[in-house]
This record gives sequence, C-alpha cells and structure tokens, in this order.
Amino acid sequence: MNLPTTFFGWVAFITEKYGVAFLKGAGTSVYLAVLGTLLGCIIGFLAGTVRTVPLTKEDNLFKRVGMNIVWAIIRFYVWVFRGTPMMVQAMVIFYGAAAIFGVHFQPLMAGLLVVSINTGAYMCETVRGGIQSIDPGQIEGAKAIGMSHGRTMLSVVVPQAFRNITPQIGNYLVSNIKDTSVLSVITVNELFYSARSAAGVYFKYFEVFFVVSCIYLVLTTLANALLHLVERRMNGPRDYELADPASIPELKAIAAESDREKAEMQKEAVR
Amino acid sequence: MSGQTVQERRSVAPGGDEMSPALRELWQREPILKVRHLQKNFGTHVVLRDIDFTVHQGEVVCVIGASGSGKSTLLRCINRLEIPSGGEIYYHGELAGGDGFDWNRYRAKVGMVFQSFNLFANQTVLENCMAGPRYVLKKGKQESRELALRYLYKVGMVPYIDAKPAQLSGGQLQRVAIARALAMKPDVLLFDEPTSALDPEMVGEVLGVMKQLAHEGMTMVVVTHEMEFAREVSDRTVFMLDGFIAEDDTPEVIFGNPRNPKTREFLSRFMHRL
Repeated sequence: MNLPTTFFGWVAFITEKYGVAFLKGAGTSVYLAVLGTLLGCIIGFLAGTVRTVPLTKEDNLFKRVGMNIVWAIIRFYVWVFRGTPMMVQAMVIFYGAAAIFGVHFQPLMAGLLVVSINTGAYMCETVRGGIQSIDPGQIEGAKAIGMSHGRTMLSVVVPQAFRNITPQIGNYLVSNIKDTSVLSVITVNELFYSARSAAGVYFKYFEVFFVVSCIYLVLTTLANALLHLVERRMNGPRDYELADPASIPELKAIAAESDREKAEMQKEAVR
Repeated sequence: MSGQTVQERRSVAPGGDEMSPALRELWQREPILKVRHLQKNFGTHVVLRDIDFTVHQGEVVCVIGASGSGKSTLLRCINRLEIPSGGEIYYHGELAGGDGFDWNRYRAKVGMVFQSFNLFANQTVLENCMAGPRYVLKKGKQESRELALRYLYKVGMVPYIDAKPAQLSGGQLQRVAIARALAMKPDVLLFDEPTSALDPEMVGEVLGVMKQLAHEGMTMVVVTHEMEFAREVSDRTVFMLDGFIAEDDTPEVIFGNPRNPKTREFLSRFMHRL
C-alpha cells in the first residue's frame, strides 16, 4: 500500500479512511452537546427560578426554613460544579458511581449526565441573573391583577428572561460541542476520542487533528447559525396587522350592548 | 414644619357641622376601602405618617399634592405593592391581612393602573387583557377573550389586539392597561399618576377614557397632577402634605375655598405654573 507523502495527501487519505468514524464521533459530540445543553437548561431554569422566590417576614416559619434549605442545596451544587473541571467531574462520577454505589454507567450516559449537570450549574446563575434583570414593573403589573408568584413567573417573567439569555444558552451549546472532548477520558467515543485512535495508527497527529479541527469548526459554525435563526424567530415579527373589527365575531354583540348602555345613560342624563 | 403637632397638621376629620351636603351624601355611601392610621417608612425616611382615608362606592377621589408627599406610596400600600409599616386597611369592612385573607383575591378586585403602564412585554394586547380573567379569575379561554375585547372596545384599542406593547404609543399603552384592569371587573380602580409619563398630546385620550369611566359610576382613586381633571371629575379631592392628608373635601372647596392654608399655597403655586 502506498502511503501519501505530502501534508494534503495525508489529509485526503485520513479523511477517506476515517471520515465515517469521525462523523460518527461528531454525531456523538453533537448528541451529547445538544441533549446536555437541553437538560442543563431544564435544571438551570428550575434551580434559577427557585433561587429567586421572594421571601418576606410574613411567610410562615416552615416556608422560610424550607426555602433556605433548598437554596443552600442549590448554592452547594453550583459551587461544586462551577468550581471543578468537567474532566475531573467525569472521572469522579464515572468511577465514583461504580466504586461507591456499584452503579456501572455506560460511558455515554455518564457523559450526558456530566454535561447536563455542569451546564445546569452555570445556567442556574444565568437564569437567576436573567430573572433579576426583568423590569420590576412587569412583576408589579402581574401582582396588581392578583396573579400568584408562580403564574407571574410562568407567563410573564421567565419567557422574557428566556429571550434575554438565549445568546448565553447559545454560548453554552457551542462550548459543550467543544468540551465534550474531555469526555474521552471516560472512553466516550466522541470526535476527539475517535481522532486520537486514528492518529495512533499512523502517528500523524497534526494531519488528523487538522481534519478534526475543521469538523469542530463546521459544527460550531452551524450551531451559531442555527441559534441566530432561533433568536430571530423569538423576536417575532417587527410589524403587526391592524385587526379588522369586522373579522372579530364577538365584537358585534359587544358594540350593540355598549350602544344600548350609552343610550340609557343619555336618557338618564336628559332626565 | 417644627413646632406643629400632628393634630394641627391633620385636617379636621370629615363629619360634624362642617360637612357640606354633597360631602355628607358621599360619606353616607357604603365604604369599599377604609385606611386607618396607615404608616410607611423606608428605613428612617418616613413617607406616610398617619393616614386615615376612605373610599366609598361609586366615588371618584383625586389625590393631589407635591412630589414626595406620599401620594403614590399611599396607593402602593393600599394595593400591597409596598408593605405598610403600621395601620390597617379594611376592605368591605374586613381587615385586610386578617385570618384567611387572600391578598391575590383582594388585588384582583382592587385594580391598579401605573404611571409606567407595566404591560407584559412578551404578550400581545389581547393576551395582556386576557391574562387576568384566565389565570386569576380562572375563566375559560373564550369568556376571557370576550371580557378582554369588551374592555378593549371601551378604550378604543380593538384594532391593536395583535400588537406587542413595544409597538404602541404611551397613550395607547395606558388605554390597554386600563382595559386590562377593567377586565378583572374591579370594585375600585387605583390610578397612580396615569398621565405623568405621557407626551402632552396623549394625555387627553387617557383622561377621556377615565372621565368616561367616572361617568359610568366606576369607583376610582386617582393620584394626579392634572388639576383640571381633579376639579372637573372628582367627587372628593384629597390634598396630601408630608405624609399626612392635609385636606379632604369636595373639589369645590379644595379648589375654590380651601380651609387649610397649605392647600391654598400648593394650589396657587401649581395653578401659577399652568
């Protein structure tokens, strides 16, 4: 078998020989990044929303103590997972679960777990900031019509906070696409892992990782473009159509009733 | 300020010989809100010193006074957006905050319109007005929609039901905010300087809607700097000064022949500026 002699010859050779393996690895990376970011968002939104529940002196002791315990747990979680490298977390969870609890994770599942809770820890603080940055008037407007705190969060505050932190969620997704590479330490067969295996065969590290960096770039560029699209969609249309009163069926009865009331008031005024 | 006792600075409590027949008629109506000895301080800064204030059925009460006299804080305390430091509020005779009192149900019946509109930025005009009936009064979707449309029709905002708040002018926003409050079918509507954030040419459209409501018998408390509106529309005008109610009487008395020299002083300064 003739081996290539030039750099680009090697690149072409490796691409041909390991392209499928790399794409599979890239698929795993994307799977971990997308699902991990999604689960991380869910964790982050739950934790971040709970962190912003207001407590007043008037709340009963049970609620006050309970909330403070929950907050302490969340703070501890954020402290640990923002304070240690994801690579180390992967090792601790993968080998720790086996050693202490006798739970033998599939590497892929352990990887997903690590990405999710790591993203969740960052998201918690992002969501908290997002919620706190919403104009307090929005909450007052909801309070003034008697909305509960939970309903206010669900229909008014969190949707607005979500829109505001979408760029940040995009950052986490792009980071996660790249950072899933650290999961190779627990033998998750993602892009970096498959590249290292390939590089070892011919000792062509530069050429292999040149190809792989191109794949990473394509992935992150696609992710960015997608996020940009999502953001534009979320902004909604800049224009709105004036509603034609004739197209609103309920309006006829309302107008008739209003006219009747007005006529009655006028009659009364005359009297 | 120093040297005067609390008693001197407060107006004579309504009642007794001094009440004009018009005022007496108002005070014989059923009270919806009764505020007793209300106090509010932010740290050492005392905003409301001792407020006695009653709102009767079908009454339009305008609250006037200099900036910092506590007008807005009074409204915000009534609607519990601020927690009072002392005193009581009675709603239809029931002590607000007593056993089994539901603040959210109370707020659903005591509506509020803000200076800064506070419409939900993520929702359309129609959704803004449907939110209360739907999520607070737990009405069905269609019924909420009809309620919202009814009051949007009243304020002339039906064509804009699909617009988002960011796409509307100040006057339009405030009319929607009024419709949102009305869709709750409140017992009383509190207006916190509803025209202060508006461009001059938009003040009229909002005051017009408020006038119409007043004529229809809506119970309203209006904190305002629009003296013309207070004089024309209100049944009672309340003058606040340094956290007290300095005078509480018919607009004819307040604007024509105020008993408290401080009222006269404030109004002469204010009217001079107009």
